[in-house]
Amino acid sequence: MTAIEYPRVGENIYRQRLDNGLELVVVSKPLHVKSYAFFAVRYGGMDMRFELNGQWLDTPAGIAHYLEHKMFDTEEGNVLQEFAKNGAVDNAFTSNAMTAYHVECTEHFYDNLRLLLSFVSVPYFTEESVKKEQGIIAQEIRMIEDDPEWRIYANLMECLYQDSPVRIPIAGTVDSIRQITPQTLYDCHRAFYTPGNMTLVCVGNVDPDKIAAIAEEILPRESGPAIPRDYGRTESMSPVRREFHRKMEVSMPMFLLGCKFVPAESGDGYLRQGILGDLACDALFGGSSPLYTRLYSEGVINASLGGNVDSLPGAAYLYVGGDVKDPARVVDELLAEARRLGEEGVDENFFRQIQRAAYGRMIRSLNTFDNIAISMSEGHFRNFDYFRFPEIFETVTKADVEAFLRETVTEERAALSIIEPV
Amino acid sequence: MTRQLLTDNVFLTCVPAEKHKTGFFSAQMTVPLSRETASLNALLVNVLSRGTARCPNLQALGRELDLLYGARIGASVRRSGENQIFGFGASCIDDRYVPTGESLLEPMARLMGEILCDPSLVDGRLNPLFVNNERENLVDVIRSIINDKRAYAAQRLREEMFRDEPYGVSRAGSVETAEAITTEMLDGHYRSILPQARLELFYCGSAPEEKMFDAFRKALAGLPRGGRLEPAVTTRRPAPEKYRLVTEEMDVTQGKLCIGFRSSSEDVPASIMMNTMYGGGSNSKLFLNVREKLSLCYYAGSSYDRRKGVVLVSSGIAPKNYDPAVEEIMAQLDALRRGEWEDWEFTGAKSALRNDLRTIDDSPTAQEDFIISQAAAGSTETPQEMAAAIEAVTPERVIAAAQAVRPDTIYFLKGKEA
Repeated sequence: MTAIEYPRVGENIYRQRLDNGLELVVVSKPLHVKSYAFFAVRYGGMDMRFELNGQWLDTPAGIAHYLEHKMFDTEEGNVLQEFAKNGAVDNAFTSNAMTAYHVECTEHFYDNLRLLLSFVSVPYFTEESVKKEQGIIAQEIRMIEDDPEWRIYANLMECLYQDSPVRIPIAGTVDSIRQITPQTLYDCHRAFYTPGNMTLVCVGNVDPDKIAAIAEEILPRESGPAIPRDYGRTESMSPVRREFHRKMEVSMPMFLLGCKFVPAESGDGYLRQGILGDLACDALFGGSSPLYTRLYSEGVINASLGGNVDSLPGAAYLYVGGDVKDPARVVDELLAEARRLGEEGVDENFFRQIQRAAYGRMIRSLNTFDNIAISMSEGHFRNFDYFRFPEIFETVTKADVEAFLRETVTEERAALSIIEPV
Repeated sequence: MTRQLLTDNVFLTCVPAEKHKTGFFSAQMTVPLSRETASLNALLVNVLSRGTARCPNLQALGRELDLLYGARIGASVRRSGENQIFGFGASCIDDRYVPTGESLLEPMARLMGEILCDPSLVDGRLNPLFVNNERENLVDVIRSIINDKRAYAAQRLREEMFRDEPYGVSRAGSVETAEAITTEMLDGHYRSILPQARLELFYCGSAPEEKMFDAFRKALAGLPRGGRLEPAVTTRRPAPEKYRLVTEEMDVTQGKLCIGFRSSSEDVPASIMMNTMYGGGSNSKLFLNVREKLSLCYYAGSSYDRRKGVVLVSSGIAPKNYDPAVEEIMAQLDALRRGEWEDWEFTGAKSALRNDLRTIDDSPTAQEDFIISQAAAGSTETPQEMAAAIEAVTPERVIAAAQAVRPDTIYFLKGKEA
């Protein structure tokens, strides 16, 4: 195992690529009571069309999420009960480009790790259990469909993108999940749940060599083939549709403005683009920005206004939204302020100020094991070293932020999703 | 970890810890929860966090926080039993990670003291623009609970079940009480509550205790003291003979079913165990049976408030499943009353609780919440002592705790077409 120290962020890690291709990262936290294991697959809601054994497969929307649910079934029963016996807290999530399973505990860490690695690597599906899950997931889909925050995001994606699978909800629809069979689940598991396509991140007061030995013992010997994926045609920078309005049971109108930009592919550039986007958001509508403080003081916005950038394979966008009485006014103000910052520039002192704030925020995010594990996994999948962010941070200049705002936050790149009260 | 008296009715708890990237500070007032003052207290902390005499507006305050490497200071209001706890939580990166090597601790403590004691005033009173602005925001926040149907249904259940008890008051009060607040009222309230309320201070981080004691004492030198408003003792009531059903309709696809129970048991550790086995997580009877086995819902869980002695069940169901869901939720409670469970459910609940109580040590906010809630209830039990008490719970005591629970109110939010 290679030991690496990152004094600027106060982290020490051990890292190794196992013979079967699994990337293992152990983040040492000697003072914490809890230990944490995070097992991630580079496979998410967007990976619906891919090539397996020379054949292109089209799989139903929502399958990655469905698979995540079904992995908890084992031949012996449900693995949740096994974790329960050890008092461990386990969970999983599926995002656009990642599925991850994680467990947190204060005792029996190595037993829990064995359990985690086993249930994620050994699929067990039956006709009956797959059918039963449809009831549960259909309820989950209905629940999120009632959630205005989810709705406004889904509608924005439909406006922004023509072809990218980011348009399709991660959980799929009640109709699409009906097409899922044990066979499609087995196909997807075989294609993506291979050591070469996964990371294991452990955080806590744990022994790296012991973890490596357990992973080598339990996981398959073969790395698995690289799976080509199809994310649709390269997107143009203009949205397909300018606006989407919908009525729901909400107390106040909600808006979400999205502006497309070209995603950095991978490597340090990806990390750098995230930092740049973060600073651009701070400059445009951050809590101490001229625009935010003015609109807040005038009562035009409230503390719900916020946003960030998101970068996925083939699709990246800046988003900003909130609950406001007059969405049109706020959107006009945002676009005008972006134009002003692009033309007149960001104030020198203000830039130094938000640089400090953004840096502090990144340090702060290392408080949670989830954030650490997600960043380490994403770093491996996207080929960058997350804990080196202080060095990358220093390379982002005020001129970069101004250029980003000038190019990105414009009417041509923007789409608007609005939810109005019934 | 010690809780010590800083000055009259002001207590400071310091938790030394090297493991976090940030230092966490908190200053919270604890007063009895009441319909008359809940909104005033909630609005007060929001107005105070708009500006201080030194940083009189959002831009100045934002600049100050940005320069402290993205420090945060936020108003918060919560309920604990029949007390309302309101004040400010703040955090900033630990001095070890500050690239320029400056210390952020003293400036943070100072800023917290100023927010509490030295607000931005206009003609000697709280700034009326801030008051009007934040009153509107507060009303919007209270109204916005409807956006989250799960939280809305839980709140409606509490309002109905505790309609004539302080426990039924929401943490920020109601739209009506919030809308009625004027600058005069709020300013008067500020001047009367600040000297009287018990103030709990908290710090968790790498700075030594003596340093924090001094920093807080200096920061709160201007804190007025006088009079004494003690926290309330939370009262318990028995459940009625027959439970009450409240139904509402809304344009939703998923129904929300909430059931409130009252417990007559004084055995808190056994009741905590009982609730964990019943609906405390993804290994509970409600989750495994109502959701996993019968697919009746997407979520089903319960919570137990040891101060009030109530168990609240919350679940999301297809509206047509109302009858079977209620039946199954009750049937699972009956199973506990009869002692019907697998051994792993009992030992698993114990390990889950042990895990929860141990991990409090890893989270400054969980520590703060634990300590401040304990202080409000006049209890000094530590997480370790609580864990030991739970370890000692027997199956017989869990059965007795389940038998002591009776339904009081069912609230059902159903879709319009149902």
